[in-house]
Amino acid sequence: MKYRKIALAVSLLGLAGAASADNHVLSRNMASACASCHGTNGNSIGGMDPLAGMPKAEMIKKMQDYRSGAKPATVMHQLAKGYTDQQVEMIANFFAAQK
Amino acid sequence: MTFNRRDFLKMSGAAAAGALYGCAGGTRASGNVVVIGGGYGGATAAKYIRMWSNGGINVTLVERNPAFVSCPISNLVLSGDKTMADITTGYDGLKKHGVRVVQGDAVAVDPVKRTVKLGNGQELSYDRLVVSPGIDFMFESVPGLTPALADSKILHAWKAGPQTVALRKQLEDMKDGGVFAIAIPKAPYRCPPGPYERACVVAEYFKTKKPKSKLLILDANEDVVSKKGLFMKAWGDLYKGIIEYRPNHVVTQLDANAMTLKFEFADAVKADVLNVIPGQMAGGIAKAAGLITANNRWCGIDWRTMESVTHKNIHVLGDSTLSAPAMPKSGHMTTQHAKIAAGAIVALMSGEQAPDPMVIANTCYSFVNSKNTVHVASVHTYDAKDKTFKTVPGSGGLSSAANEQEAKYAMAWARNVWADALL
Repeated sequence: MKYRKIALAVSLLGLAGAASADNHVLSRNMASACASCHGTNGNSIGGMDPLAGMPKAEMIKKMQDYRSGAKPATVMHQLAKGYTDQQVEMIANFFAAQK
Repeated sequence: MTFNRRDFLKMSGAAAAGALYGCAGGTRASGNVVVIGGGYGGATAAKYIRMWSNGGINVTLVERNPAFVSCPISNLVLSGDKTMADITTGYDGLKKHGVRVVQGDAVAVDPVKRTVKLGNGQELSYDRLVVSPGIDFMFESVPGLTPALADSKILHAWKAGPQTVALRKQLEDMKDGGVFAIAIPKAPYRCPPGPYERACVVAEYFKTKKPKSKLLILDANEDVVSKKGLFMKAWGDLYKGIIEYRPNHVVTQLDANAMTLKFEFADAVKADVLNVIPGQMAGGIAKAAGLITANNRWCGIDWRTMESVTHKNIHVLGDSTLSAPAMPKSGHMTTQHAKIAAGAIVALMSGEQAPDPMVIANTCYSFVNSKNTVHVASVHTYDAKDKTFKTVPGSGGLSSAANEQEAKYAMAWARNVWADALL
């Protein structure tokens, strides 16, 4: 009985992990899409903004401002519109944790 | 000779590579991955599998060329603005990640025994295989064209390398007042805006060095395939009297001696330099491995993992895949495929389920001259119902106009994407 409860709790945690911004693997994978321009793990080699170590709130604000048009851009305003708030949060979590 | 895991461990110093990445990820991934093709897709996959498995997975990359040569930016070699050295990167960076790089040709795959056979007879064993061979040409799609001709006189220069150098030489040797014709195959083909960018930057070379010359774009498609408005504006504003665009030009006969092209519904064209880009299909090893599922040309895959629909444990990337709707065959897109595959492979080889699908994006810059660039961008998300990637409504788009800022971004994109794949 006790084990069943633990098993249930663990599986619920697993489900929550899959659907929330705390999913580390999915955050890492999502953020890797950005790396093609912004460098591996956000470490740009130049000419593009580095994302590694950017505070989470700063990245979320930037993406919101790209979306709304408050922050002008050549391409990021078009890319930012492809992501949900939760996906942006996942990506922000990953880069905030990079050095 | 069969290469087994123990041999690999002895040679690669996998333990040392494990130390390189530390154990922070806590992944239990192990086993052998072979990657066929060291282009944008294969190089990125090889690096990311090493990185995300914390060095736990042994990766062998098979590539026929000694170094990576980028197709993006190669049109600027044709125009004389860049050199081959500018677009070439070696594989030493991947070796530092613990990737074993084998220069050779993969000629056969046994999906049951899980082996790859190389041209020299060597066999490599894999637990999972990544096939990222790019495109091969359907020379028979252009009557009169042969592989030998396409390698000597009637160049495509649609794989950057010796052909890029040779076509540049033909353009340099062409007399002022000559005609350069680019024949474009029906879509889908590699790099949709590439031929139109080529027209722009070669026309700039003519404008400054051979102003009496003409450039004909002979397009098998009924209209400009990519960035239409931006290219048409460049042709009108910058290259009036030099570039002429002719749609619906499907080549029915090439005469390499007379240097003419004939078409079904249009006048024949005679040119001094003929740049005929043949129709394309998945790279040869994809066919040899039995991975082609669509129109005898492209490989169907499960978009959650990039795994082939015909063979388990084989992941296909890039231009060889049957593209999802509105998904371009581009180097950038191929790096995104590589990351889907790397994430899936590392999870599956850790005894875990494949991760939820990530969102992927494409950004593609084209030079309208050496100093001004236009882009097209798109964001693609997995649709579980239709089991494919689709563009996110309201996202993506084009440059409003050609501009110098994006020419700087284009080169920064190139340097960063090369580093992300190869360093």
